[in-house]
Amino acid sequence: MSKTINLITAPLSKANPVTVLILGICSALAVTAKLKPAIVMALSVTVVTALSNLIISLLRKGIPSKIRIIVQLIVVATLVILVDQFLKAFMYDVSKQLSVFVGLIITNCIVMGRLEAFAMGHKPLESLLDGIGNGLGYGSILVIVAFFRELFGSGTLLGYQVIPQGLYDFGYINNGLMILPPMALIIIGIIIWLQKPEEDSK
Amino acid sequence: MGLRNYIDKIKPNFEAGGKFAKYHSTFEAFETFLYTPDTVTVNGAHIRDANDMKHSLISVVFALIPCFLFGTWNIGYQHFLSLGADATFWQTIGYGLLRIIPLYLVSYVVGLVIEFTFAEIRKEPVNEGYFVTGFLIPLIMPVDVPLWMLALAVAFAVIIGKEVFGGSGMNVVNPALLARAFLFFSYPSKMTGDNVWIADKADAYSGATPLGTIFNGGSVNDLPSLSDMFIGTISGSIGETSKIAVLIGGIFLIISGIASLRIIVATFIGAISMSLLISDIPFYYHLLMGGFMFGTFFMATDPVTAAQTNIGKWIYGFLIGAIAILIRVANPGYPEGMMLAILLLNVFAPLIDWCVVACNIRKRKKRWAAAERSDK
Repeated sequence: MSKTINLITAPLSKANPVTVLILGICSALAVTAKLKPAIVMALSVTVVTALSNLIISLLRKGIPSKIRIIVQLIVVATLVILVDQFLKAFMYDVSKQLSVFVGLIITNCIVMGRLEAFAMGHKPLESLLDGIGNGLGYGSILVIVAFFRELFGSGTLLGYQVIPQGLYDFGYINNGLMILPPMALIIIGIIIWLQKPEEDSK
Repeated sequence: MGLRNYIDKIKPNFEAGGKFAKYHSTFEAFETFLYTPDTVTVNGAHIRDANDMKHSLISVVFALIPCFLFGTWNIGYQHFLSLGADATFWQTIGYGLLRIIPLYLVSYVVGLVIEFTFAEIRKEPVNEGYFVTGFLIPLIMPVDVPLWMLALAVAFAVIIGKEVFGGSGMNVVNPALLARAFLFFSYPSKMTGDNVWIADKADAYSGATPLGTIFNGGSVNDLPSLSDMFIGTISGSIGETSKIAVLIGGIFLIISGIASLRIIVATFIGAISMSLLISDIPFYYHLLMGGFMFGTFFMATDPVTAAQTNIGKWIYGFLIGAIAILIRVANPGYPEGMMLAILLLNVFAPLIDWCVVACNIRKRKKRWAAAERSDK
């Protein structure tokens, strides 16, 4: 039982796809200027990794190994198009903000990495949990980064003004660097820095 | 020597097992600040030189003193000029000190607290590197920079620029410039434009710097006279306006063997050739405008972040000068390119060195192979 739970909890901390495996960095830079797109992106990736892991795991015995990448890509691409259409239909604003990055989930290294490394050799249920875990691991970093970037870059959270007007009257100014992509990289770097000593001691 | 005795008396408290063992790094920092340490390295080959680290850092601070003094006077001078008021020399200096001392307090308190904290956590001796960085940072700021922004920039520069790489001597880019770059991108309205350069200026008075004037489409005729720009009675960042003060400090650095003459000459060559190539205004204006001189003498030559090989220094300096002018002339976003050029080349310096060393190895291999053949 603990092994099953571990499939979900490990990617959140010591096997985090972003801060430990350094995968999926480019979308983490691109969509984290605001919290809302980051959350939507996190959920989209979670759905795609979970379902693609499940489907590939179900098909794994029937896929000829020479063309497995193509099969994986078709499955992932189908799921991504479904997610993309869903967002366009129900969350048009966010879908516009995310622009190409929803489509680029197809090339997200985490998705392909989990399919190759996990789903091809494990049972469907385990693969599903692993996909959810990795999606959430990716998403948690996205949300943390977006939280700080939106709070200090725009003074808002999910679009609501959080930093009081009084502070602005006092001379506070939103930090422009937070809006720029390099700051996402720096924040991810700091998370890795804080996370590292914990691991070394284990 | 009462002080020496006192230090020796309290020393055991800070050794392992003592009452204040936690603060060993802090204690050691103050001890070695006051007295030359009596411990020396025992293993390996060493070149003995009076120019140790503390000595060279103190030399840089000495070299910056002319810039500091002139900057202090110029803050007051520009202030009273904008108000149209007459002021005596001492009023001018007094007003300047009133504005500059808070900047220095913030710079040193924030920077040193972070340095000491990291040293204690890592159980390493406190490094002296921040003395120079802390002295430089206020000099490259506009005088009106809010203190909390300065504190934030110092914290960012020391933590992200230096401590994450392992402290002084390990940094990839110049921490003082990183502090300025941080503010430049975070709070552009407080770092560039006509409103930031003069302390509490009168509303009607334009505080445009020479670079700002050119950037906004002004011609050479709109600029202050060459002699004003050389002496430094113009608006600009605190320490960089007076080219005389920069030159005095710079020459002192060259003589004391800290700044590399190769880098300085190469930077000038790069800047002059690039401005002859693409700029409408005469090249000597580019040398006198903005932070070019200050950056060349005090920032580009920083021994930690500059290229180390002799040929590498020529390439490094030349590219700094050329790219600085290229950004000034060709980039529509930023009036000043010196900061960005130095930071960029700081990042590339190790690559330049690697290429120079690799070329050298290949050359020697060829020579060796040729000698081998002729022997046969």
